[in-house]
Amino acid sequence: MPDPSLEDADPIIHIEDVHKWFGELHVLRGVSLDVAPGEVVVVFGPSGSGKSTLIRTINRLETHQRGRIIVDGIELTDDIRNIAQIRREIGMVFQSFNLFPHLTVLDNVALAPIQVRGWRRERAESDAMDLLRRVGIPEQAQKYPAQLSGGQQQRVAIARALAMQPRIMLFDEPTSALDPEMINEVLEVMRELAASGMTMVCVTHEMGFARAVADRMVFMDEGSIVEIGPPAQIFEAPQEERTRRFLQQIRH
Amino acid sequence: MSASGLILHPAEPPPPAARLGPAGWARQHLFNSRTSGVITVLLVITLAALLAIIASWALTSARWGVVTDNLRLFLIGLYPPAEAWRPWLGLMVVSTLTGFSAGTWGGPLRTTAVWLGAAQLLLAGLMLASPMGPVPAFGMVLGAGVIGAGAMAARRRPPSRRLLRWAWLGSLPLVWLLLGGITDGVVLPPVGTDLWGGLLLTLVLASVSIVLSFPLGVLLALGRRSSLPVVRILCTGFIEVVRGVPLVTIIYLADIMLPLFLPGDVRIDRVIRAIGGLTLFSAAYLAENVRGGLQAIPRGQLEAAHALGLGAIAIHRFIVLPQALRMTIPANVGLFISLLKDTTLVIIVGLLEILGIGRAVLAQPEWLGAQVEVYVFIAVVFFVLCWTISQASYRLEATLGVGRR
Amino acid sequence: MRAPPRPLPSTPPWRDTRVLAVAAQVAVLAVVAVAAWLLVGELLSAMAARGLSFVPGFLDTTAGFEIAETALDYGPTDTYRQALLVGLANTIMVSVVGVALSTILGVLLGIARLSDNWLLSRLTAGYVEIFRNTPLLVQLLVLYFAVFLQLPPVRESLAVGDLAFLNQRGISLPRPLPGLSFGAFAAIVGAASVAAWALWWVARRRKREGRRSPGLRRLALLLLVGAPTVAWISLTEAPIVLELPQLGTFNLRGGMSLSSELAALLVALVLYTSAFIAEIVRGGIQAVPRGQREAALALGLSEGAVLRRVVLPQALRVIVPPLTSQYLNLIKNSSLAIAVGYPDLFNVSTTIANQTGQPVAVIALVMVTYLILSLITAAIMGVVNRRAQLRER
Repeated sequence: MPDPSLEDADPIIHIEDVHKWFGELHVLRGVSLDVAPGEVVVVFGPSGSGKSTLIRTINRLETHQRGRIIVDGIELTDDIRNIAQIRREIGMVFQSFNLFPHLTVLDNVALAPIQVRGWRRERAESDAMDLLRRVGIPEQAQKYPAQLSGGQQQRVAIARALAMQPRIMLFDEPTSALDPEMINEVLEVMRELAASGMTMVCVTHEMGFARAVADRMVFMDEGSIVEIGPPAQIFEAPQEERTRRFLQQIRH
Repeated sequence: MSASGLILHPAEPPPPAARLGPAGWARQHLFNSRTSGVITVLLVITLAALLAIIASWALTSARWGVVTDNLRLFLIGLYPPAEAWRPWLGLMVVSTLTGFSAGTWGGPLRTTAVWLGAAQLLLAGLMLASPMGPVPAFGMVLGAGVIGAGAMAARRRPPSRRLLRWAWLGSLPLVWLLLGGITDGVVLPPVGTDLWGGLLLTLVLASVSIVLSFPLGVLLALGRRSSLPVVRILCTGFIEVVRGVPLVTIIYLADIMLPLFLPGDVRIDRVIRAIGGLTLFSAAYLAENVRGGLQAIPRGQLEAAHALGLGAIAIHRFIVLPQALRMTIPANVGLFISLLKDTTLVIIVGLLEILGIGRAVLAQPEWLGAQVEVYVFIAVVFFVLCWTISQASYRLEATLGVGRR
Repeated sequence: MRAPPRPLPSTPPWRDTRVLAVAAQVAVLAVVAVAAWLLVGELLSAMAARGLSFVPGFLDTTAGFEIAETALDYGPTDTYRQALLVGLANTIMVSVVGVALSTILGVLLGIARLSDNWLLSRLTAGYVEIFRNTPLLVQLLVLYFAVFLQLPPVRESLAVGDLAFLNQRGISLPRPLPGLSFGAFAAIVGAASVAAWALWWVARRRKREGRRSPGLRRLALLLLVGAPTVAWISLTEAPIVLELPQLGTFNLRGGMSLSSELAALLVALVLYTSAFIAEIVRGGIQAVPRGQREAALALGLSEGAVLRRVVLPQALRVIVPPLTSQYLNLIKNSSLAIAVGYPDLFNVSTTIANQTGQPVAVIALVMVTYLILSLITAAIMGVVNRRAQLRER
């Protein structure tokens, strides 16, 4: 939920008329979006709509050619200091987990705080254990990623992102690569995270999750935002024909 | 099979006698078809004839004295006999570390340790047959013993792996110092590299070159994959040029050019020049091996690392290089074996590693005409060395396949 | 939605990723350029100090030395340039023959390694291990001294009838020379070849359209083999005459000879490289899924047909890239000719380098030449590789 005391404060993510091209392909066509602190935004749409590309531009995994992106007051440009600062404030969870296979679960989570924030090893490790407890798998700390199930690996990935104490969490289809029986354990963690007041932008197909947790939903198609609104609006009274059609498709 | 629907199993007839035992095995594996039978017969005849010729030569008319009489030359070249304890001490250091490593890590290192021990015992035997006498032979036996003792001690109380790795790294400069000595040293008077020779020089050339080529090769591999075109082109160009020319030309060039590049008074000795040539060569091939490993790391991991805010150096240090280097160990062990064999090429520039010593020995009037004995001996030495390392490498590949990734 | 964002801050160039990228490259170029300039400067002054100077025209000076074996005409009065060309010709000849022979031997050994016959398989494995784990240089020297130089001296040459003589200098074989009717013969063979090729090409075209034409192919083969045979028999004068080597009192005259040095070099290169090729072929064959062989056998194909038509074509995909590396290695290893005194490119160049006092220029030239040879070989094999892949579509 967005923090009411910050109702009139600046948005923590401000995306203004952002365009992106992959060569000749125009993948983002003038996207604008503001995300308030503590807000949970779910982005959905057909494949190729640019939703993954959009959230990847927020932490500069992709560059945008036109428009502005401002995260927590810092503008995202070619300035390496800005990029580094912004990345410290944003945590990201990927569809394919992307854990480091040669490090233990604990080392995976503790690596960035030690190297980037300069924490001492003991502090980083104890903090990591707290996070592993929070996502429900403290006993796996000394195991290697290959020894864990997909759902457990994704939870480690969430803990790893949280270890940097980000103000924003980005989720790029976090459950799409999971077997059905493991989707819930990850969604559970995400629900708890949302309830704790984290600003979240999630690209996902999990409509149940969206309906329950999202403050706003964003429907994207062919590189632009078609409709934005609270779940109630999107599910019960979508304003745009395309939104309605897409929702029908995924329901069947 | 009976009409009433009951399936009766008649008593199982025993397997045909012709399939059992050594006769059966022979029938299956040597004579299972007409062509196969013919091949077997031909091979047996040829093999028997060859072995007969070789055995008769080796045991009767071959003059093995050329090897035993000159054993010290073959092993350490012109290294002063009074200081011969220093190469021996270096061997002891390596033996100790090998023993500890075998006990700590096991697996392929255990194979290496066993062979190193066996080699030293064999050498001890040879030494007894040579004018070198029983003292160095005893030294070899001691070395073999140290390997065994080290292995057992490490099994009982495994030392820190990090410490052991650093010890290995430090052993190279230590051995170099031991061999080369210190100017005006009393315990370790200087012994110029022009006196180092034989198997000692072979091992020094190969080991130093591969160790020095590692940082250069890794940098080249990273540079070749750089997004900056200038860096990429320079690295690719260097790698392709070095890989496209024969090693002899590089050694020759290094031998001629390196002295020309330095101001007049500075002299680099020939061994250093040869190491320079071998290092450049090895770095280019190593770069290609490492590049394969770098390519195998999924992009997603790099993205995750960037998303976490890790800087380029941290990413390479903790994520990219550990995985890439571990993956390419088998290929790099193969490179080391090639390098060992390639050290023979330095005879082109007159260095006296084991092959060079062989040719020098053959120039002695009493051993004229003993070429075959000398070259066969050298071939056997290399075979034992390279074959054991490659066996260890096969076992390593097997374990790495099962391991963490 | 909320208050307008703060105005765009400008990025100082030392933090701008694009500026940094360009700056890094400029820096690297600068470092390399400065280093190169310094080193070349040192090189030139050192050379001047020792009385060496770079004489651009040195290649055109008279060589003044003999080269024992030449495919081209060469004498001591020819220039250094020609000496290098002779060396190059020798290197190319050794490389081509070496590649051909080692491929044949390597493929046979690779298949033998996978044989059902235990003895054959183990012996081949032993061969591979021995030849891969000993240095090529040592193998070359063993072959030279233990085999070729053990042959009897010229006066007591081993004779194979009247045709060939083996001695420690080398092997003498009959030399084919064009006879009186060679022109006519050559014309007939040429015409037959062209006709055969045309027929074959037509057969291929028809095959692509789906029509089989075994008759055409057989006709083509018949032409290729039959026409020269018929011509040979019917021509009154022999088109090709063999000049037999004659054993005189001190040496052999006539015929063509393969020196011991060349023979040793070739045999060593072939034996060594074929061991590596055998392993590559074995790996390639084992990479083909076992089900392929089983399906083919189930269809009734013989073992030989299975190998030739099903397994090997698929194995080729995996084999060609490492095979290319081995070919390149063979070309580079041919430079070991210097160890037995065979005048290949490298050997000749070291002699020239010593005589002219221009070692750097000569060696640089030689290295560039080997690079070009490598590039050409890699390009050819690149085409082969692509065709091995294309067959799949």
